[in-house]
Amino acid sequence: MTTADYTGRRSVGASIGHLIRLREIPVSVALVALVAITFLANPRFLSSQSVKDLLLNATIVIILATGQALVLITRNVDLSVGSILGLSGFLTGTLFATFPGIPIPLVFLAGIAIGVLLGAVNGLLVTAAGVPALVITLGTLYIYRGINNAWAGGKEYFSGDRPAAFGNLSVDTFLGFPIITLIALAVLLVIAIALAATRGGRDFYAIGSDPDAAKLFGIPIKRRVVTAFVANGALAGLAGVLYASRFSSVGATTGTGIELDVVAAAVVGGVAIFGGSGSVVGAAIGALLLTTITSSLTALRVDKFWQQAVVGALILSAIIIDRIASLRTARKLRVSEARDV
Amino acid sequence: MSIPAEKTFVAALELAGAAKSFGPVIALANGTVELRAGEIHALVGENGAGKSTLVKILAGLYHPDAGDFRVAGEPVSFRTVADSKAAGISVIYQEPTLFPDLTVAENIFIGRQPRGRWGLIDRSEMRAQARELFAQLGVPIDPDRVAEGLSIADQQIIEIAKAISLDARVLVMDEPTAALSGTEVERLFTVARGLRDKGAAILFISHRFDEVFDLCDRITVMRDGHYIGTHATGDVTVAQIVREMVGRDIEALFPKQDAVIGDVVLEVSGLGRAGVFSDVDLVVRSGEIVGLSGLVGAGRTEIARAIFGIDRYDTGTVRFLGKDLPAHNPMAAINAGLGFVPEDRRKQGLVMDLSVARNSALTLRHSLARFGIINGAKERSEAASWTKLLQVKGSLDASVSTLSGGNQQKVVLAKWLATEPTLLIVDEPTRGIDVGTKAEVHRLLSELAGRGIAILMISSELPEVLGMSDRVIVVREGRIAAELDRADATPETVMHAATGAREDAR
Repeated sequence: MTTADYTGRRSVGASIGHLIRLREIPVSVALVALVAITFLANPRFLSSQSVKDLLLNATIVIILATGQALVLITRNVDLSVGSILGLSGFLTGTLFATFPGIPIPLVFLAGIAIGVLLGAVNGLLVTAAGVPALVITLGTLYIYRGINNAWAGGKEYFSGDRPAAFGNLSVDTFLGFPIITLIALAVLLVIAIALAATRGGRDFYAIGSDPDAAKLFGIPIKRRVVTAFVANGALAGLAGVLYASRFSSVGATTGTGIELDVVAAAVVGGVAIFGGSGSVVGAAIGALLLTTITSSLTALRVDKFWQQAVVGALILSAIIIDRIASLRTARKLRVSEARDV
Repeated sequence: MSIPAEKTFVAALELAGAAKSFGPVIALANGTVELRAGEIHALVGENGAGKSTLVKILAGLYHPDAGDFRVAGEPVSFRTVADSKAAGISVIYQEPTLFPDLTVAENIFIGRQPRGRWGLIDRSEMRAQARELFAQLGVPIDPDRVAEGLSIADQQIIEIAKAISLDARVLVMDEPTAALSGTEVERLFTVARGLRDKGAAILFISHRFDEVFDLCDRITVMRDGHYIGTHATGDVTVAQIVREMVGRDIEALFPKQDAVIGDVVLEVSGLGRAGVFSDVDLVVRSGEIVGLSGLVGAGRTEIARAIFGIDRYDTGTVRFLGKDLPAHNPMAAINAGLGFVPEDRRKQGLVMDLSVARNSALTLRHSLARFGIINGAKERSEAASWTKLLQVKGSLDASVSTLSGGNQQKVVLAKWLATEPTLLIVDEPTRGIDVGTKAEVHRLLSELAGRGIAILMISSELPEVLGMSDRVIVVREGRIAAELDRADATPETVMHAATGAREDAR
């Protein structure tokens, strides 16, 4: 019996304990500490311009990490997001260059649509082949990038080709937040609610927590996993469009290598790499933390090399904390379940 | 009370003559059981009697090849687990299948969570319903905690709560008490009796006769995949049930040749691992086959793994040929002359995609290598000599995945014999092997003992243990329950020791 004296109500102490154990806590604490330390050393770090730059830099990775968290929670991974972003970004550039008067919302829809398509391909391959998503999406990473190369060739589209209103999404602010950051936060909010409070969303956790049990329960595993990949693709597509707004050029190599930053952000944000736990909010905070580290280490005049090493150390400590916790539980279980042995 | 010839009532669940085979292996020949509403019905039988297969048929995991299956009088044919659930059957396994990362309440209601505004999950309603279920069961479990870290007993209660919330009329409990403590068992029984009194039909599977006789209204006995009989609990004794479970000829099948039994090779004393086994003393002499018997989950494999150094142990010593064997160091064990043929040859004994020759020579990597490079010709010739001795069929270059179970087992044996071991630990040597090849594996083991190799054999098959062993050590719940000489080892004595039923109960 767990707690013989359990009263049936959640006490204040239990609620606080529950809060402390939230997986988002370590990353949030790290973020606050980092900002505080950097601010003390260099007060200009929190000037409105540099906060704005920080948020702009984080926006793309926040959206991608949100999508990646969905996939990771189902005990899968999508390494092709950088290539999806690349294709969507180049599509955005192409659309504006080819149809100068095209409505901006239509471009957003087109970018998201190509993401949905590529995400669906990932999801269907993963569920149909029964091969780990790591391998499948490593393959599609190269395939999608190859398509991007063949399509773009040496061609690049610059911000001058795009309407000013589109570029202003990354310049104008509302309540101090850049518009594209607000878009990202809105998306994050919707997905966080869907994941936490819909039956389908909870199924994601169940599948990642124990796929065999999920099968025994009759949870529609394949449908849910495809949904996760499609949603992730859509977000990568959206990120591609925003990338074209934020950065000056899109071409054949746009977004190359970003997938590892994204997985790192999600893992640092408390999303378990083996699925079943974590949240998109945690992943987003993880993305913000990684971006902030880069900025603050620059503000503190730390060598670029050390910045990467710090990110690496963060990933390792996130994983080690996770592992130690689960080992302790296992050991506790083994002893507590022993009867008179 | 016997089954009435003319039925005036409808059984809650009725399975008659159900059969299931996997290739040549017949898992269930005649699965028959009848559950009435408001009764707790025991299903007993040895390991491998077909109980699990029967349960999986009820759960909708297996589709029977033949037989009549009715729920509440209506014929049913389950294709999926969902079909079985929809028919009102809930199965609670020995190891419950909860989602460790989800809360208790969510584990109960996953996929059916109560919804409130905008179709979103209403957590407080879900919590309240879970709390109500636990109140009904009289068990306080916090619906908000995650399932990870819950004791098996609590996990089972959660499964029962889930079954109740699904309106299950038939509850199948597959060895639910195997991992529970005394008070936990009492709590489970109270819950089970409460459900019975409310009209549920419960199928209770257990190896512990005291529990069966304490809890159940009727008992159905199975043996070797066949239905043997159903009795009202009051009409039978433990001895009668044991006799029905084991009754068959043994000696003819498993001829152990006499071997000269020599000096002590392995001496284990006071071995213990917290929560797994404790106070294990055993001795194996050269030329001797010692059978390690007991129920599945009693801790036999764990003891063997600790001796061989795969797992750590907390207390005790392992002495081999008069020297202490270092703990947790399988390489030292191999170098000292131990071999370990694991239970799951596909996962632990063989590299399935490698050739017969490569697999047989795996343990010889070091002696075959020069400057770290393995000599392929030497590897083949070593492999050839051992596989020939063991009469492995098939080419040396064929990948072992193409061989039959029996031949795969021979390759594993060849691999270990190539190290010229002094002691061989074999775990379930004939599991999943057809009868003809079984005899061959037995002959081989017997021959090896004849050459002076000491053998520690773990086996769940009673006839195998009794036929092959010079001595039988029975493990129950992590402790040695009995040590029997060949002459004293009978199906009854071993089963009594393994299940904890006392001799005087006969």
